[in-house]
Amino acid sequence: MIYWELFVAFFIANIVGYGGGPATIPLVEYEVVTRYGWMTVEEFGEVVALSNALPGPIATKMAGYIGFAEAGVLGAGVALFATVMPSLILMIIMLSILMRFKDSPKVKKLSAFVRPTIAVLLGAMTVRFIETSYFDNGWLQTIFLLGSSYYLMEVRRMHPAFVILLALLYGGIFLG
Amino acid sequence: MVQQELFMAFLRVGLLGYGGGPASIPLIQREAVTKYKWMNDDEFSDILAIGNTLPGPIATKMAGYIGYRVAGIGGMINAIIASVIPTVILVIVFLTFLASFREYSFVQGMTNGVLPVVAVMLGVLTWGFVKKANDDLGWLKVVFLVIASIIIIEMFSIHPAIVIGALILYVLIKPIKKAGVVS
Repeated sequence: MIYWELFVAFFIANIVGYGGGPATIPLVEYEVVTRYGWMTVEEFGEVVALSNALPGPIATKMAGYIGFAEAGVLGAGVALFATVMPSLILMIIMLSILMRFKDSPKVKKLSAFVRPTIAVLLGAMTVRFIETSYFDNGWLQTIFLLGSSYYLMEVRRMHPAFVILLALLYGGIFLG
Repeated sequence: MVQQELFMAFLRVGLLGYGGGPASIPLIQREAVTKYKWMNDDEFSDILAIGNTLPGPIATKMAGYIGYRVAGIGGMINAIIASVIPTVILVIVFLTFLASFREYSFVQGMTNGVLPVVAVMLGVLTWGFVKKANDDLGWLKVVFLVIASIIIIEMFSIHPAIVIGALILYVLIKPIKKAGVVS
């Protein structure tokens, strides 16, 4: 049964995830945390942080790990299959048909109309992470970490992997 | 021979593509067009354009389709495995290692320290989506869609897939008023 649930969760998250891998993060979170309760917000945060720190496509890293954590190697295989195959099969079929429609305004509009909804999902997830950090770390630490990681990543353009490494160090020493 | 080239090409793409799928597109282009000459620039941008209009992760769609074009179903599976499996194994090893030390308070602290960093990443991503939507649709439609999505998803707890599905249907069914609508 868990395999079927894994398949459904990652199939839904990826087949409606317009805008590439990052757009699927809040949809995966909805399935994994809210709908099936496989992970807490904290655990999911670890998965997102580490997936961000490592190279390669983010959606498949999350699917592979969550599938593995829930149901071993076969679970990872099922979650990866559900993530990759449906849209790929669609692509192979459509590339033969859709080539002549690729400039159609309707096709171009699809991503544009879906984007604000994805933004809301991402925004809601941002708020949940800030809330959880407030419960675990208090306001002072949360604001300090939010401010300094924003400064390092967005102003100083430091690589996210280094910022995550610094946050892990800081947390291990001061928040344990 | 071709299978080996496909594997090496997408292994490099998977391991060097920092910043998720979209970041690996120029790397795929370098392998498929410049290095191995499986296709020319025009074909590549056609594939990219179609890939962008379809849902799901972009990097695996590109890898799978290019693998399929170059060497059939075997090539498709080969290219996907090369671009996905090595980093999946890395994530599993790291997180399993972390989980086995969960009782220690410093590991709990590390988890807590990462929460705000993830929040910043997501916040920046959110803003990117809002800005891009604003360029495509104008702020009036964006504000409307944002508020409608908040009400439907967050207040009425409707599954986001249903909202996105409804939007897709709306775009496909709605008649086009002017031929030259900017999109």
